[in-house]
Amino acid sequence: MTLPALGWQGLVIFAVFGLSLLIATYSTYAERVIAAFLQDRVGPDRAGPFGLLQPLADAVKMFTKEEFFPGGASKALFVFGPCLAMVTALMSSAVIPFGNVLQFGDTVVHLQGIEINVGMLYVFGMVSLGVYGIMIGGWASNNKFSLLGAIRAASQNISYELAMGLALIAVLMISGTLSLREITLQQSSEGAFVWRDIFNWNIMKQPLGFIIFLVCAFAETNRTPFDLPECETELVGGYHTEYSSMKLGLYLFAEYINIFVASAVMSVLYFGGFNFPFQYDLRNWLVSAQGLELVTAQNIITLVGVAGLFGKIFAFIFFFMWIRWTLPRFRYDQLMRLGWTILIPLAIFNILLTGGLITFGIIK
Amino acid sequence: MQALSTRAKVLEKKPMTLAERAYLPAIFQGLSITMRHFFMKKATIRYPEETRPFSPVFRGLHVLKRDEQGRERCTACGLCAVACPAEAITMVAGERKKGEQNLYREEKYAISYEINMLRCIFCGLCEEACPKAAIYLQADKIAPPRYERDEFIYGKDRLVEAVAPETRSKRGIQLTPEQAAKLKTQLA
Repeated sequence: MTLPALGWQGLVIFAVFGLSLLIATYSTYAERVIAAFLQDRVGPDRAGPFGLLQPLADAVKMFTKEEFFPGGASKALFVFGPCLAMVTALMSSAVIPFGNVLQFGDTVVHLQGIEINVGMLYVFGMVSLGVYGIMIGGWASNNKFSLLGAIRAASQNISYELAMGLALIAVLMISGTLSLREITLQQSSEGAFVWRDIFNWNIMKQPLGFIIFLVCAFAETNRTPFDLPECETELVGGYHTEYSSMKLGLYLFAEYINIFVASAVMSVLYFGGFNFPFQYDLRNWLVSAQGLELVTAQNIITLVGVAGLFGKIFAFIFFFMWIRWTLPRFRYDQLMRLGWTILIPLAIFNILLTGGLITFGIIK
Repeated sequence: MQALSTRAKVLEKKPMTLAERAYLPAIFQGLSITMRHFFMKKATIRYPEETRPFSPVFRGLHVLKRDEQGRERCTACGLCAVACPAEAITMVAGERKKGEQNLYREEKYAISYEINMLRCIFCGLCEEACPKAAIYLQADKIAPPRYERDEFIYGKDRLVEAVAPETRSKRGIQLTPEQAAKLKTQLA
């Protein structure tokens, strides 16, 4: 196995791509099972053991359904909409650092699709592009309900992206960098005090910012209680009213990938990314007590870190679903009022607070 | 206006407290409720594998009983058909021939005995009317769904229970262990 570094990196990119799809696939299953459990049911359990093949059955169903184009629809845009939603959703997971480096001899593999120093901006850009997929789909459907859903999606995204960006600024004031890998590394520390690992996570410095970011993430991914773009009771199905077959599947899939990415971003920004408590103690113990080389010990730490990050991501995905089956949907004016008159002032207050705390040296 | 009951609640419209306006405490309350349900016992019965337990007095599919020697108890008296409020039972009576004593208990027997399960209301009046303890509604069997209407007309082939002691219905007069052993040796 002497792959060049680029080959390894290609493998990582491929793995990230595959993992995003796999996790999105099984999110559909998890959503149904969690929904069922929260409602005292058992959920899908017919296809395979525990119903684990249900996503496959759903995919077969989606692919074999009739491909329908509404009359008067712009065919090219109608196809382009879901594609764009899917592509942007998939692209945004490229910059997320899923782990630290793995080192085999001279080969250093970064467990990250691509490391760029504007990673956070890239994610933001991709997520906001995602709303174009919804807009185009809603417009091309030639249906007023779809159009209303699409307009709602767009205005909702704009409103909440502001508060989200302002919440993010407070994080950037602490970290001083946009690179997600740098932000993660700053949240680790080789300290004597074991719990310092957790106290170094940004959630400890930015509790208010995290809550704002979390609420906005729900709005950005069009999840309950902010799922007004696809509000069934008012808009039939919102922007995907006219969609059938796998084009509908792509929209639903894109939503789950967005949830995955939002969970990953929140884990990285606020919950230490691939850092986990006692990681340096574990490394030192592996070196001193088990007699491993430092590089090998570091690789083990990295792999545990990857598992840890996925644990955090899954916890967030669970939280997304937990919220969905707990809270009812907001009314549209409530949604807008929450965004503009509560979250944005709160986020600005958070920036001021963070600035003050940094000035007086209370947080680094 | 006077209140019709003592259950009326007077609602006061107070301005919301800060905690209520912040909305988050209410969300956490809701989340804790749903999380409690997450770990609760599920109401689902996974049907083909699990079945809902029947009540011991449940009235399901009919059975025509045999006696301790494996002979049909029914004597085609027609009392069940008379008692039936849904007029679901029809029968044709016949005389027992010589050499059929081991098949039919009485000298008269039902050549055909049909119950239309689409008419039947499973009231159990046939069971009460039967003087020979021949017809019973089983507690553990329901009439299964079918595709065709004529498949719901149950003849003797589907109503009369098997001779073998272990396959007999649990309703009605049961065989004593000695009778069951004797019948088994007869069959063998």
